[in-house]
Amino acid sequence: MSAAAPSVETLSSSRVTEDLLRPIVETTWRFWAAISVLGTIMAWAMFCWGYQIVEGLGVTGYNRTSMWGSYETNFVFWVGISHAGTLISAILRVTGASWRRPITRAAEAITVFALMIGPMFVMIHLGRVWLFYWVIPFPNLRDLWPNFRSPLLWDFTCINSYLLGSITYLYLPMIPDIAAVRDAAGTRLAPWRRWIYRLLAMGWEGTPRQWALLERAISIMCVIIMPLAVSVHTVVSWVFSMTMNPMWHSTIFGPYFVVGAIFSGIAAVLVALFVIRKLLNLEAYIRPEHFDKLGLLLITFCLLWGYFTFAEHLTVWYNKEVSETAVLLGRLSGPMAPLFWTMITCCLLIPLPLLILKRTPFGTLVASLSVLVGMWLERYIIVVGTLTRPRMQFVWHSYTPSWVELSIMAGSFAYFAFLYLMFAKFFPIVSIWEFKEGQRQ
Amino acid sequence: MRWGMVIDLDRCNGCEACVVACRAENNIPTVGPEDCEKGRMMSWIRIERYFEGEFPNVKARFMPVLCQHCEKAPCEPVCPVYATYHNHEGLNVQVYNRCIGTRFCANACPYTVRSFNWFDYHWDAPLDRQLNPEVTQRSRGMVEKCTFCVQRIKNAGIEAKDEKRAVKDGEVQPACVQSCPAEAMVFGDLDDPTSRVARQSRSGRAFKLMDDLGTEPKVIYLKPVDWKGTEE
Repeated sequence: MSAAAPSVETLSSSRVTEDLLRPIVETTWRFWAAISVLGTIMAWAMFCWGYQIVEGLGVTGYNRTSMWGSYETNFVFWVGISHAGTLISAILRVTGASWRRPITRAAEAITVFALMIGPMFVMIHLGRVWLFYWVIPFPNLRDLWPNFRSPLLWDFTCINSYLLGSITYLYLPMIPDIAAVRDAAGTRLAPWRRWIYRLLAMGWEGTPRQWALLERAISIMCVIIMPLAVSVHTVVSWVFSMTMNPMWHSTIFGPYFVVGAIFSGIAAVLVALFVIRKLLNLEAYIRPEHFDKLGLLLITFCLLWGYFTFAEHLTVWYNKEVSETAVLLGRLSGPMAPLFWTMITCCLLIPLPLLILKRTPFGTLVASLSVLVGMWLERYIIVVGTLTRPRMQFVWHSYTPSWVELSIMAGSFAYFAFLYLMFAKFFPIVSIWEFKEGQRQ
Repeated sequence: MRWGMVIDLDRCNGCEACVVACRAENNIPTVGPEDCEKGRMMSWIRIERYFEGEFPNVKARFMPVLCQHCEKAPCEPVCPVYATYHNHEGLNVQVYNRCIGTRFCANACPYTVRSFNWFDYHWDAPLDRQLNPEVTQRSRGMVEKCTFCVQRIKNAGIEAKDEKRAVKDGEVQPACVQSCPAEAMVFGDLDDPTSRVARQSRSGRAFKLMDDLGTEPKVIYLKPVDWKGTEE
């Protein structure tokens, strides 16, 4: 347990290494308890998915009009979460914001893990998941390419590029730290773990040439990752807006989704920072100023999101097109209304005053959790609100997620927590070399 | 060759014979009362019923809705695996064994005419003996929809080819057209200006469902005429 957090400058170099490596070399009962709980939820979710594959998608709450529902909501939600980490880190790196140093890795890891989970829902939602590889463009026996006109294929391409880019971008700045673990942990770790670190450190010696190459590679990845991130959520929004469905077919969906994604992503980063700060006793490294600054960023995106939401709904309300109005009224006063107004409360009414008045770690945590709930609802309202009210009024039908869907959703959250926990267990969650670099400046 | 259909709403009395015939012809499963309640009924053609006016002056309107076989079909470009595409006879066809079940086509369709196989459906004996051997049974996880009874179109084509002639107008009749007691439906080649379907499609009563969307449907409806004999 660290005492009252000392200031950044007074932390000695060996103390920093020791503090940040502690979670890697020491395994407490809390770790095993967390793994067991998360593992149970994941196992249950896996069972549910298996059950769905064997029985068919009928075990969900889907129906003739709501062919999509919670799985697609979760897909957009998780891909959205993935947007803050890499983007924040890249923008802050490029602009040379030095307060970013202790939080970049924690943020980038969110991107990678959320991006592993989001597309999983695309698989889960498939009617015949065992044939998912048919969307991969490779010369096959049938001599048939996938349909490059399909937004789903753009999605597939974009998300895979972003995932590869994010993994590279997460990995590059980790190399010196992995080497540090390799050197410092020594015999305190099992041989197989030492072997992994040796492998991943790729012979890092810390020579000036290696540092120069690394800095260069990181700068290049920063610039590559930013347009990738923007393109990914734009394309995710196009899955909806390329159709002619009421309140899906909207020109602002691209930027609206990107803003929403970064909004929910920053909230996810704040929640993760709060949790690891408490769990791993990193109060000296992840400081109130980080919550304060990220909180300011969250305000910005809160206002942007509010503006987009207002613009989106005002234009639909004003022109009174029949099918669009039906969906809009479904949101404002119809079956979607409770969720819609909860969304407005969670995305604007709670976080905005809270963030303006109280950007303490706990204040931002509450605001962030509220934003996450609100943004999940936003995606749900977009997906389900339109599908339950298609143009043909005769077939209108409601939709409620089934227990299978809810279990798999719970599983996805457990899986995310599990991956994040394992990452913090195997690698320093706060970048050691970048932190020390910040101290030197 | 551009297959199309004309449905005279003035003749349709909503008897649903077309729905039953379609089910028998195309091996469409019944999903049972529970799933029906969940909104999962499978049918390639449905009779939509709308009421006009207030009681006691109520009038029911019936409209059979099936796949419109749009020339510019919104369902086609969105499929990542070409499970649904436009064939050379203007049919919007569904290749079952290519479908991986993204259901994107069903969402993109403004007419909501596509059905999804939520489960593997079975026919209890002796109903399994009445399955049509010319139509594939679909397994769970794929999308299906009206094909304009493509098996009948193909058979007529083969027969005509054997006899070295073109398919005659009226030779192909999808199950719904054949079974309509009011003869409200006509099927044929829209490209042949002399065919019955082409002639009727030029009627002053003709309209297309949500024509403003630009999907260019090949199902053409004829407006009902009220009892006073004037068009409504």
